[in-house]
Amino acid sequence: MEEMLFYDRMQFAFTITFHYLFPQLTMGLSLIIVYFKWKYLKTKDEQYNHATHFWMKIFALNFAMGVVTGIPMEFQFGTNWAKFSELTGGIIGQTLAMEGMFSFFLESSFLGIFLFGEKLLGHKWHFVTGLLIMIGSWASGFLIIATHSWMQNPVGYEILENGKFVLNNFQALFLNPWLWPSYLHNQAASLVTSSFVVAGIGAFYILSKKNVSFGKLFLKTGVIFGLISSIFVAVPTGDLLAKNVVKYQPVTFAGMEGIFHTEKKGSEIVLIGQPDVKDKKLDNKIAVPNILSFLTYGNWNQEIKGLDQFEEDLHPTNISGLYYAYHIMVGLGTVFIGLMVFSLFQLIRGKLFETKWLLWSLMFMMPFPYIANTTGWYTAELGRQPWLVYNLLRTASGASPTVSSGNTLFTLLGFIGLYLLLGMLFLLLVGKIINKGPHNVELSTEKI
Amino acid sequence: MEFFWYVVLMGILAVYLVLDGYDFGAGIIHLFFADTEKDKKAITNAIGPFWDANEVWLIAAGGVLFFAFPTLYASSFSGFYLPLIMILWLLIFRAIGLEMRGQVHNHMWESIWDKAFGIASLLLALFFGIALGNIVRGVNLGMVQNGVSTQEAHYFFLPLWNPTFSPQANELGIIDWFTLFLGIVSVVALTIHGANWIIYKTNSALNPKLKKVVFALNIVLLILVCISLQVWHFIEPKPFHNFVENPILWFFPILTFVGILGLFKVRSFKKDGHGFLFSTLFLVGGFASTAVSIFPNVLPSTNKVNPSLTIYNTAAHEYGLNAGLSWFFIALFLVIIYFIIQYRVFSGKMDDIGYGEH
Repeated sequence: MEEMLFYDRMQFAFTITFHYLFPQLTMGLSLIIVYFKWKYLKTKDEQYNHATHFWMKIFALNFAMGVVTGIPMEFQFGTNWAKFSELTGGIIGQTLAMEGMFSFFLESSFLGIFLFGEKLLGHKWHFVTGLLIMIGSWASGFLIIATHSWMQNPVGYEILENGKFVLNNFQALFLNPWLWPSYLHNQAASLVTSSFVVAGIGAFYILSKKNVSFGKLFLKTGVIFGLISSIFVAVPTGDLLAKNVVKYQPVTFAGMEGIFHTEKKGSEIVLIGQPDVKDKKLDNKIAVPNILSFLTYGNWNQEIKGLDQFEEDLHPTNISGLYYAYHIMVGLGTVFIGLMVFSLFQLIRGKLFETKWLLWSLMFMMPFPYIANTTGWYTAELGRQPWLVYNLLRTASGASPTVSSGNTLFTLLGFIGLYLLLGMLFLLLVGKIINKGPHNVELSTEKI
Repeated sequence: MEFFWYVVLMGILAVYLVLDGYDFGAGIIHLFFADTEKDKKAITNAIGPFWDANEVWLIAAGGVLFFAFPTLYASSFSGFYLPLIMILWLLIFRAIGLEMRGQVHNHMWESIWDKAFGIASLLLALFFGIALGNIVRGVNLGMVQNGVSTQEAHYFFLPLWNPTFSPQANELGIIDWFTLFLGIVSVVALTIHGANWIIYKTNSALNPKLKKVVFALNIVLLILVCISLQVWHFIEPKPFHNFVENPILWFFPILTFVGILGLFKVRSFKKDGHGFLFSTLFLVGGFASTAVSIFPNVLPSTNKVNPSLTIYNTAAHEYGLNAGLSWFFIALFLVIIYFIIQYRVFSGKMDDIGYGEH
């Protein structure tokens, strides 16, 4: 039983982590592509249209990866989490079905047109199809996070005698107080990833003295979008989300922050330290007194509940993992803001393109927003444990009753092998596109 | 309300079958009949801009199944665990095969992805037929042994095969001679369907040859369908009871035969799209007839201890099903609009779009 649950969780974690590497880029990137196309419509400067084409290529590749790795996610609710699906399908199936009907049809129908139809449609309609794809991908994120929010903070439901959750208020799913801060936080984080990628490729072109004029455009655009989104991730959305966690899942908050013991006179904020869960303490701790109470409640001396206030079987299952995920996310988020503020400062002074060390930093910073997004999601998911539906349905009660651990391990290994192949092909192709550069990007539009 | 969502679900699945069905068929044609580079290009051009949107119908079906019939979704997806995950892998291989081949101009590279695309398409057609066979045949719900359920009444698990390959054995498997038979029917039918799509959407040099292939395979298909009517009695003693009670339902079997008989005129059709129309009739008619023959069951039980799963005992609660109506019609309306736009933009012959070339 334990082993079965472990493989079920590993398979979901592995496939969703890999999957979300792609949508986190495409959601934000669709906005930047629409921006480039809009600039082209306004200025008629060909460079913007080339930029649109270049990023569309990268977008299309990422989008395809997102689609092929996304279908297994929808299937796995049933294959590996049958009990959970049976009990809650009437509710979470609703938002997931809406995602398929509203987003995927929109995206998949117009992506082909967007890629192949520029000449046919003219630039205005080409811009509109780009906008539609963006709406589709942002709606998809919204409906997934509506589903996620219901699991974190169930609303609009009642539980029947046979244990089934049934919906009794459809609107409540979308007015869930958990939903909006999470959604905005996530979309801003997606924009952080894409801004850093756009800026990073820009820095790469400038440093390698190839496509320098495009390098400058990408860098400038990436820095401006990157600064706005990095700040928006923290304030107000991150802040609101943290306050939600304190309110609805105080034990999760204690685990995230590494508060083992309640401090009556206000809690310190832990910057660095390794949790020792057995002895309930942090090793090698660096902390600033009372800051956490202030950030959370606006009151330096407010008491924050530590893990000691809760029964052990309500504690997050993996406190160290939760603590690290959260601290890595927050730490990286802070670095992003710092880097982007300084980059904008240099941009305004007209020195951004000459500051070598900054260009190198921006280029090497590209993978880190991916790490921050991933650890952010780990914070949310590990924080919800040991529950699937918070306080109502335990993870251990949600797995498929008839699928043996050997079968799950078999498919987990298969997914690992297949995704390794997909990852290599992806890197090969994305490298080809970047190497070719924006000047040489030809969409197949002329041929149609 | 359950009935409404059942019709919606079956409708979406039928559309999926017709649309992605031609992709699988085109893949099989690609594997066995496309000899020259030009033939292969014609095939990828004919399905390239569509396959992704076609696959979305499967996701939509999954979503509607999940929300309207959660118990069926949970039971069947966990019970058919291995083949479903393999279908996912095959769908991934089909997609990368199709998208990768044009990325690098190298003979070896192209032939690897051609094979991946072709073999994945063939296996997908086979697996979907086998899946249909499993649903018609039913499963050992509750995993009854010696008259006692070892699991909750609506759960089961099937290995890929049992040693006897018999649909009437105590220990069932996914693949037995009955399900395999339906798998073969599916491969033949979808190959015809895919060939018709290629004839419809291209002017390739392959088309005259494909018309002969369609004609020959159609004879095979007619024989298989006649055999299947006999075989059906083994599995379901009263396959026609719904048709007898509601004679209007004979419409579906008639559709099937109109489709199959119409296809014999493939070599003299005036318009290239007619063949596709007839194979669509066959697929929709055949699929609907199968669904009707077991209705209201959606997954029959092979033991006497636990009842079959029906649309009534697996459906979600009334409120949720009603709430679904509020968004479903809006979504459906939009989907139809997208569909029309997409097929308008890519209307007519597609020989020159250069799909997937870089």
